[in-house]
Amino acid sequence: MSEEPHIVVDNLTMAYGDFVLMRDLSYTINRGDVFIIMGGSGCGKSTMMSVLIGLKAPAKGKVFFDGQDFWGADADTRDRIIRRAGVMYQSGALWSSMTLAENIALPLETYTDLSARQIRDVVRYKLSLVGLAGFEKFYPSEISGGMQKRAGIARAMATDPEILFFDEPSAGLDPVSARRLDDLILELSESLQTTMVVVTHELASIFFIGNNSVFLDASARTMTASGDPKKLLEETRDRTLQLFLTRGEHPQETK
Amino acid sequence: MAPPGELSFEQPSGGTLTLRITGSWKLHKDLPSADSLRHQLDQYADLQTIEIDARKVDEWDSGLLIFLGRTLEIAARHDLELQTIGLPDGATRLLQLATAVPEEKGAEREPEQKTFLIHLGDETISFFKGCGDLLEFVGDTVLAITNLVRGKAQYRRSDFALVFESCSGEALPIVTLISFLVGIILAFVGLMQLRFFGAQIFVADLVGIAMFRVMAAIMTGIVMAGRTGGAFAAQLGTMQVNQEIDALKTLGISPMEFLVLPRMLGLTVMMPLLTLYANVMGVIGGAVVAYSEPNITLMEYYHRTVTAVSLWDLGIGLFSSVVFGVIVAFAGCMRGMQCGRSASAVGDATTAAVVTAIVGIIVSTAVITVITSILGV
Repeated sequence: MSEEPHIVVDNLTMAYGDFVLMRDLSYTINRGDVFIIMGGSGCGKSTMMSVLIGLKAPAKGKVFFDGQDFWGADADTRDRIIRRAGVMYQSGALWSSMTLAENIALPLETYTDLSARQIRDVVRYKLSLVGLAGFEKFYPSEISGGMQKRAGIARAMATDPEILFFDEPSAGLDPVSARRLDDLILELSESLQTTMVVVTHELASIFFIGNNSVFLDASARTMTASGDPKKLLEETRDRTLQLFLTRGEHPQETK
Repeated sequence: MAPPGELSFEQPSGGTLTLRITGSWKLHKDLPSADSLRHQLDQYADLQTIEIDARKVDEWDSGLLIFLGRTLEIAARHDLELQTIGLPDGATRLLQLATAVPEEKGAEREPEQKTFLIHLGDETISFFKGCGDLLEFVGDTVLAITNLVRGKAQYRRSDFALVFESCSGEALPIVTLISFLVGIILAFVGLMQLRFFGAQIFVADLVGIAMFRVMAAIMTGIVMAGRTGGAFAAQLGTMQVNQEIDALKTLGISPMEFLVLPRMLGLTVMMPLLTLYANVMGVIGGAVVAYSEPNITLMEYYHRTVTAVSLWDLGIGLFSSVVFGVIVAFAGCMRGMQCGRSASAVGDATTAAVVTAIVGIIVSTAVITVITSILGV
């Protein structure tokens, strides 16, 4: 992994009205990282992602993409920045009136000059990467929830974006599909240097794919740790994080 | 900048055709396609192996993998073995991932070609199925109402209150506007003709009878069809999409009693009240126009209206409004409950609800008009 900062979060506060969800968040995501945003339910992981992808403005603080102030920029610039990223939403968020092929083709038709033939090939390839080859003509309502989720991933990576955001990618997937998805995330980050930002609390995935992370502690209302999850497991003395990383089993006695 | 991606073929030797790919294989519209391989394969017989030499590929992304994927397909179709030299490790592994799950063969779909007869048959079948669904829904509704009368229906009183609220106070502004304007329009059109006979005062009869007997009920019905009937269909349809209706069923709660009953009753009770209000607004609209005539006073207009409009007119109008209330609520709830499981299905359900309701309103008006004229009332 490179040490080149790709996304920098600086002194960020997220709030809904007067209710402060998280404060004083500062961390750096390097290019090619598989970065995990982890924490218990309701700690603001998904809100954190909304802030990073431009859906929700932070109450305070800054987010930089390649050194460019994201929320300080005007809406057009923000659009241009976020176009370089692909987002997979929790339940897939496929457009229900379009087939899977049309769902994946839309970003390609909008943002590239590829021919119809090439787009068809890209669609086919992306679907095969998520194990859905042959399902081009299906509508989202005709396939299962797990398949919708995988199709959502195929759409997110349609244009080979520099950054991929995943909101709970493996939740609801069978173990084999979840493992294949983890392989895919690792492979894309290694071979294409795609930066991955993954919101999850699946421990297996966290340790398998993550090489950097931030832990959001709901009770402390801030981040309590950041870094490689495997190292955090060995080194942390924070009880909440220990409990989280060991599925609530009795943590090692702190020395 | 790496040179653009290029594809070249070498003269085959020993049954091996070598493809040399060089430069930048990033997805781009001018990237060479694997189709030229087909022409090559047609030229040479007795090939056993295709070899891809990728040592001079400078950079790559999905573009390279799409090319490899198609080459793999073509090779498989011709029973040829595929070998690679110098393929980047990442690309090899991504290719493995992409081919790990075989294509779902049965899933391939060809667009169906339907002949006219098949089309006609399908339409006929779906028409009769629609009639069956309608009867089933009527039956379910009757059962739900029976349960309500027996005091066994499961519903929440607060749902009634919500429906009452949305069908009364919240609907008043639009009903006011529409019926006031209809009164004005009727009076204008009537006055233009009545002036020829010097019988301007009879505009009060015209507006009064027309509003009380049909117009107020029809206009309120149409407004409620668009406003409330559409909303019912959208609400129930969205609940269907989110499996909320399934959740009720598995709890043993009848969605007909819990969701449909409050809506049907709420709208049916409120429609006559709204219509009564619309009557008054229509007459006021007519009065405003009539007042602009030099020889009509408001008192005269009022007396003329009271004399002209009989209790029968009022009764027929209110009866129609109850029928319309049932139709609008019925169409909205039925289309909502029959909704499919996607966002577009919710849109279709809403459209169908409004169209069904308006057609129902007009048809039932015709029926009521014919019956009352036969009865001579």
